[in-house]
Amino acid sequence: MSAIRQDYVRPVDFKHGRVDMTHGSGGRATAQLVDELFVRAFDNEWLRAGNDGARIAMPPGRMVIATDAHVVSPLFFPGGDIGCLAVHGTVNDVAMAGAVPLYLAATFVLEEGFPLADLQRIVQSMAAAARDAGVPVVTGDTKVVEQGKGDGVFITTTGVGVVPDGVDIDGRRARPGDAILVSGTLGDHGVAIMSLRENLAFETSIESDTAALHGLVAAMVRTVPGIHCLRDPTRGGLATTLNEIAAQSGCGMTIRERDLPVKPQVNAACEFLGLDPLYVANEGKLVAIVPAEHARRLLAAMRVHPLGRDAAIIGEVVADSHGFVQMETTFGGRRNVDWLTGEQLPRIC
Amino acid sequence: MKYIDEFRDGALARRISSAIAREARPDRRYHLMEFCGGHTHAISRYGIKDLLPRNVEMIHGPGCPVCVLPIGRIDSAIELAARPGLILATYADTMRVPASHGLSLLRAKARGADIRMVYSCADAVAMARANPEREVVFFAIGFETTTPPTAVAILAAAKAGLANFSVFCNHVLTPAAIANILESPEVRELGTVPLDGFIGPAHVSAVIGTQPYEYFAEEYQRPVVIAGFEPLDVMQAILMLVRQLNDGRAVVENEFTRAVTRDGNVKAKRLVAEVFELRRTFEWRGLGEVPYSALRIKEKYRAHDAEARYGIEYRSVADNKACECGAILRGVKKPADCKVFGTVCTPENPIGSCMVSSEGACAAHYTYGRFKDVPVVAAAVA
Repeated sequence: MSAIRQDYVRPVDFKHGRVDMTHGSGGRATAQLVDELFVRAFDNEWLRAGNDGARIAMPPGRMVIATDAHVVSPLFFPGGDIGCLAVHGTVNDVAMAGAVPLYLAATFVLEEGFPLADLQRIVQSMAAAARDAGVPVVTGDTKVVEQGKGDGVFITTTGVGVVPDGVDIDGRRARPGDAILVSGTLGDHGVAIMSLRENLAFETSIESDTAALHGLVAAMVRTVPGIHCLRDPTRGGLATTLNEIAAQSGCGMTIRERDLPVKPQVNAACEFLGLDPLYVANEGKLVAIVPAEHARRLLAAMRVHPLGRDAAIIGEVVADSHGFVQMETTFGGRRNVDWLTGEQLPRIC
Repeated sequence: MKYIDEFRDGALARRISSAIAREARPDRRYHLMEFCGGHTHAISRYGIKDLLPRNVEMIHGPGCPVCVLPIGRIDSAIELAARPGLILATYADTMRVPASHGLSLLRAKARGADIRMVYSCADAVAMARANPEREVVFFAIGFETTTPPTAVAILAAAKAGLANFSVFCNHVLTPAAIANILESPEVRELGTVPLDGFIGPAHVSAVIGTQPYEYFAEEYQRPVVIAGFEPLDVMQAILMLVRQLNDGRAVVENEFTRAVTRDGNVKAKRLVAEVFELRRTFEWRGLGEVPYSALRIKEKYRAHDAEARYGIEYRSVADNKACECGAILRGVKKPADCKVFGTVCTPENPIGSCMVSSEGACAAHYTYGRFKDVPVVAAAVA
């Protein structure tokens, strides 16, 4: 007869196990999953304390808070997965205010039956991304929904950060004469995701550009503290971002097609899918709007950063009460670059 | 991109542009209709109008498959999709076309209908194979370009004995539509729509060839130039039309020789003839009932004909009174002439079908060109 081993708990089976309803019940199974997976992967003093909320110290200054839900399909794609995407997406939203991101909170909605091995892979990727970014995940929540009521895993992250004094970055600050810059090639993320969709599968060497941009932003703000606007062109792509800023600022914009950085493979994929790279999502790029006299200096600062190597000046803000974004085509004509209509690529991030 | 960038070369475009400006006679106007939505899209997207002299005017034609689909046909598709257990497979373009009762396929989907977008009708056949307990209907639309793939799908289903696959056929024919426009009172008697020549379809002509257009050139004395969908193709075709009109010629010329021959794709035509036959009449949005202008599935393949299988009876439904799609599709009006253009009718909330597809005249103008309707000089501030 075997002796009862005190305090023994059979470890979670991350090899063959699957998420079941008890993992979201709030009972022992939930606590065990939190301990063995989330606390272990994200490992920091706030999670180890085991409280529902994290008490954090905030340096003086204006706080920025941003939140982002991630529902990308498929969960794993060339260049990343939903885990690192959930960190990058929110870190970038905080950074686009010119802020230094400090802490993250994360919520996982899991579908019953989801393989624990995949969940572990996602959480580890997320933890690595948070470590690389230097932004800890300090609190979180896990819920489980019945099979068929979710799609594997959805992750919501919320981030807080602090804006340095003297920085005032705002989508309402674009002014006629300002220069428009992008930090690199457009459409990589969207095309990487599309290449895996079941009814479209095509082979490409394109990887998602998913990356945390706060390091690049810090370098940019150091060089030109007077940047007017920053935004990451995610869903809806560059076209949508420029239209948002034009509407917020009450200005128009003119961009030049020949100056837009687009990889030839992305162009080719868009061509045969009938997409326009201007509308395809990015997850590691930003748009910057600055007074023209600082544009060259900012461009140089961006290009020395690894995430801004392919940065380019693509156009100017113009006076136009209609808020039109126009483009000089390589062909020599001029056309409107409108808001995205309908749904070009569902569930891209 | 090789074989693409060559046809979008700006320097070459400026050369053709100055040739057109040099050769277009200042004492006359040139009214040219691009039949195809693909050309309409290229003209708007690349800003080709900016490269043409004032007296060369482009008129948008009805060659947009989604635009010419009457409301009654969309209603039938929605009714089909509402049948329990049925999957309706469709090209994405049709999803937002407004139907009766404020519905569209997109809204019907949100209300629980199982409507799935496919890139090819082969995907719909695969869907039927993967779901043997469900009935799958492919909502087939389009001109001669999309007809051969539908024929292939029906033949594949027949061969495999795929009893749960059928097609709701709405394929239409280009020559019938061109004849209808040329016969319309606005063109023929009243002269309110001056039409001097046509840019002929690219992909459609790759299937049917240039031969079917010879009749129009001869009978109606209108020059036709078949052109590819790249912007340089369109510019070159305009130059060729200007030259024909200057010379008083009216023949079919082929700019798109890299894809189009006189006889077209004989194998594709044979497949179409095997599966389809002419309908006596078919309603087009804008053109009304047009005799012998569409195809239906032959009796031999009745098992895969959704109209026969589900007893679909066509009911004509009038367009919204404020909508000018009909006149725009006939070239009688321009998008900006419509009172609801850009106000209640936008790509987000289309009233008429021309505002839906990216090939529609209204959507193309709204998306790419509407800034030209307002006095904005968006010159960069130095």
